[in-house]
Amino acid sequence: MNILLATSTTAMSGEGVYNYGLVIFLMMTGLYLVLAKGNMIKSVIGLNIFQVSVIMFYVSMGRVEHGTAPILLEQDLPHHDSEHGHDNHDDSEDHGLLQTRSDVALASTADDAPGADGDGGSDGHAQPHSEDTEVNDNDPSIHTVDGRTAYSNPLPHVLMLTAIVVGVATTALALALVVRIREYYETIEEDIVDAIENRLQKEESQS
Amino acid sequence: MIEWSQHLPVLQVVVPLIVAPIIVLFRNKNIAWFLATATAFFSLYTSIELLTIVQESGPIDYAIGNWERHVGIVYHIDIANAYILTIVSAVSAFVFPYSYHSIQQEIPEYKLHHFYAALVLCLTGLLGIAATGDAFNIFVFLEISSLSTYALVAMGDKPGKPPRASLAAYRYLIMGTIGGTFILLGIGFLYMMTGTLNMAELSEKLPALSDTSTVRAAFAFITVGSSIKLALFPVHTWLPNIYTHAPNVVSAFLSSTATKVSYYVLLRAMYTLFGAALAAQALQLKLLIGPMALVAIFLGSFNAIKQTNIKKILAFSSVAQIGYMVLGLSMNNLDGLTGGLIHLFNHALMKGGLFMAVGCMFYRYQSVELSDLKGVGKTMPFTTFAFVLGGLGMIGVPLTAGFISKWYLVLGAFEADVWWLAVLILIASLMAVMYIFKVIETAYFQEPDSDAEVSEAPLSMLVPTYALVLASVYCGIFTEPMLGAAREAAEMFLSAGGM
Repeated sequence: MNILLATSTTAMSGEGVYNYGLVIFLMMTGLYLVLAKGNMIKSVIGLNIFQVSVIMFYVSMGRVEHGTAPILLEQDLPHHDSEHGHDNHDDSEDHGLLQTRSDVALASTADDAPGADGDGGSDGHAQPHSEDTEVNDNDPSIHTVDGRTAYSNPLPHVLMLTAIVVGVATTALALALVVRIREYYETIEEDIVDAIENRLQKEESQS
Repeated sequence: MIEWSQHLPVLQVVVPLIVAPIIVLFRNKNIAWFLATATAFFSLYTSIELLTIVQESGPIDYAIGNWERHVGIVYHIDIANAYILTIVSAVSAFVFPYSYHSIQQEIPEYKLHHFYAALVLCLTGLLGIAATGDAFNIFVFLEISSLSTYALVAMGDKPGKPPRASLAAYRYLIMGTIGGTFILLGIGFLYMMTGTLNMAELSEKLPALSDTSTVRAAFAFITVGSSIKLALFPVHTWLPNIYTHAPNVVSAFLSSTATKVSYYVLLRAMYTLFGAALAAQALQLKLLIGPMALVAIFLGSFNAIKQTNIKKILAFSSVAQIGYMVLGLSMNNLDGLTGGLIHLFNHALMKGGLFMAVGCMFYRYQSVELSDLKGVGKTMPFTTFAFVLGGLGMIGVPLTAGFISKWYLVLGAFEADVWWLAVLILIASLMAVMYIFKVIETAYFQEPDSDAEVSEAPLSMLVPTYALVLASVYCGIFTEPMLGAAREAAEMFLSAGGM
């Protein structure tokens, strides 16, 4: 989420807004298909593209500059050097892990909310290649910012898991309805269905 | 006992959510009906309990899994939430028992347990929207209730007849999904700016960010999205067909719950989320939706007068009634908003009762066309009298619940110094007289077909219908409990923005 703020306040660097441009393009394509097409299957496809664009939007905003996959690294476990080995699965360690997760989450919420303290995109780590950024010696994909490992924000990804399920359910239901509509009217063009409906209703009101 | 009542906010949502799959597992229509009804009564008990607790000792915050509010999901129950929860669960506690005979006639037996599972899921979604204090959670529950609504409506198809219910459900699905996705997008913008999804935290953080276009876009998307779900005038086109072609039970249930919950989402967005941050824009929007509400009232009433299908009359009347609620919102003062909120409750009782009475007629006549229902007042006197009582409420005759809502709306109009609005409300009420009288005229002043041998609807349908209709009359005479809650909720929205 820092990307957008950074790019909107500083120069429009191509990499940062590229995703959002794609999102807007997909969203408009989807909406156009839904509104303009009389073919029901095409409308459902348009609806799907529309939903996917929002999913892309969320995933893009979860990106943190230099962030690695949001899986807690061993070096970041607070009790790493104590008696708890990582293959030890007693209750106290589980508790420790829970604590850690909540701490990390707290930290990331505070970090990822540059607007919350009112200074917009002028946060230190919102600018690319800040001086504090260091590349991990063993793994070049891991960066540390201010002495902490940079992770991508996992929350938008998790939210989108739900949204994907909703999208799949919606599509399945829509297609099932289209199948039923086609069984009777023998067409999936909305204009023709409307014409048949008008004729049927006229006949019903006459009889 | 203390332990138990602490968890009421989440039990309210979790119990129906768990009951729905259990219903499918039993594959038995009687067990399905019993479990659904028991769930509805449990929800009614919890929501009344919550309303009492909230009125006595203020809002409840329930952190799920004890995670703090910016990490986990928090259920926030204040007077507005408890009020909406009570409406939804009260209506379902009347409609679910009623469904036993009504739905068996309309849906083949092998589908019945699926029907009840979808019905309980829909209840879960509606209660969830009303109980949660988390913005993303609202989207999730909105989609749960919408998806089950599409399925419930599509079950209204009769074999061998045109699948009009499926067609209506398909069109609603397209519009509803666009609305839901708009809300999702708006929530995404908010999260992007604040890093939180908790509504209380959002309302604290948004004022500092109010001059960014991202927050304004979020406001636009959430408002348009919830307006589609609410069926406000330009985007109301899905509603009449849904209410007309759905099974009678579903029409009764949806007309008195789904739009009410969407109205609540709109209020939350307008007051709690953006009330402080975008006060000027919110005010402008209210001025904008005022005319739209008026068009909804007149267009809905006019179309209702033209129809010959009773369910369609009631459906277009619903479009008009949604207009009244939004009109109360657009007045932007205490009496107007109280009128809008109390109309939620009153309309839920009245429209639910009317649709249930129509369901009773359908049970005997297999039709809801006025031409087939000549003289129904003589063959089914009790059912028709219930319809008359509900219809009087719709018109707003004194001593019915509908009078109270219109009284407050008129007061709000005077307070906002727009006296002509009060006149328009009265004219619209006269239009309600026309479409209700159209049904009454057919029922009482036309002779029944001589060969028609029709008896009263079964007691299991009549009793819930009367319970709902008489409750609306009772609430018109003894106004205080719900009116008090509505006024408190309106005060809360207007003062601190509600969190």
